[in-house]
Amino acid sequence: MGNGTSIGKVRGLGSAHEGPHHWLVQRFTAIGNLVLMLWLLGSFLLLPDLGYGTLASYFAKPVPAVAMILLVLSLFWHARIGLQVLIEDYVHTPGNKFAALALLNLATIGGGAFGIFCVARLALSGGAA
Amino acid sequence: MSNRPLSPHLSIWKWGPHMLVSILHRVTGDGMALAGLAILLWWLGALASGPAAYDSFTGWMWADIGALQWSGIDILWSLLKVLLKIVMIGLSWAFFTHMLSGLRHFVLDIGAGYELDTNRLWSIASPVIAVILTAGFWALLLLR
Repeated sequence: MGNGTSIGKVRGLGSAHEGPHHWLVQRFTAIGNLVLMLWLLGSFLLLPDLGYGTLASYFAKPVPAVAMILLVLSLFWHARIGLQVLIEDYVHTPGNKFAALALLNLATIGGGAFGIFCVARLALSGGAA
Repeated sequence: MSNRPLSPHLSIWKWGPHMLVSILHRVTGDGMALAGLAILLWWLGALASGPAAYDSFTGWMWADIGALQWSGIDILWSLLKVLLKIVMIGLSWAFFTHMLSGLRHFVLDIGAGYELDTNRLWSIASPVIAVILTAGFWALLLLR
C-alpha cells in the first residue's frame, strides 16, 4: 500500500483478474444450457411418449439422470446471474436491492437443490417411486 | 443521483432491429427464469412424487382440450388450462428466441458481426429463425 495519494492506494495491487468473473460464468453456463437443453428437447422428441412411466424410467438411467442434474445446476446458475443483472438495472434503493438479491439467492439455490434432489430420488429409486 | 449529468443524446434515437433483439433477449431470459424454472421444478417434483402427482401436473399444464368442461365454475378452470397451454408454447418460443439471440451474443463477443448490414441482418434473422424452430419442434413433437 502507498502513502495515501490516489495512485498510491492502488499501486502494486494490480488487477484482481476477477472483474469479468460473472460475465464469463454467464457464458460458461450458457454453453451448458445450450448443450443440455438440446439434449432434453431431443429426448422429448425421441422418447415414445411423455407419460409418467416412460419419463421415470428414463431419468432412472445414469446418463440421463446426470445430464438432468447438470441441466438444473446450469439453468439455475445462469438464471441467478441473469436476474441479478435485472435487479441491479432496475432496483436502485440500496435496502430494496439487498433484499431482492437475498431473495434471489434463496430462490435459486433452494430451487436448484429441490430440482437436483427430485432427479436423484427418481434415479436412486430405480424409476419405481 | 438526480443531479448527475446525462449524455446529451439519450433522447435522440430511432427503433432498429438490434434494439428489439436485445429487449427480447432480456424478456425471454427473465421470463423463463421466473415462470419456466417454476414449471420445471413442478415437473421434476411431480415425477419424483409418483404417477398421481404427475397426472395432476399434466392435467394443469397440458390439459386435454377436448375434455374441458364449459359450464359453471369449470369455465374458470378451463380458461386457466387453455392459458397454461399457451404459457407452455410461449416458453418453448422464449427458449428458442433466447438461444438464437444468445448465439448472436457469442458471435458479438468475439468481436464479429458489428458491421451495420451484418448486425441488422442477424438482428432480424435471430427472432425469425426462433419462430421457425418453435413451430418445427411442436410439429415434430405432436405429429410423431
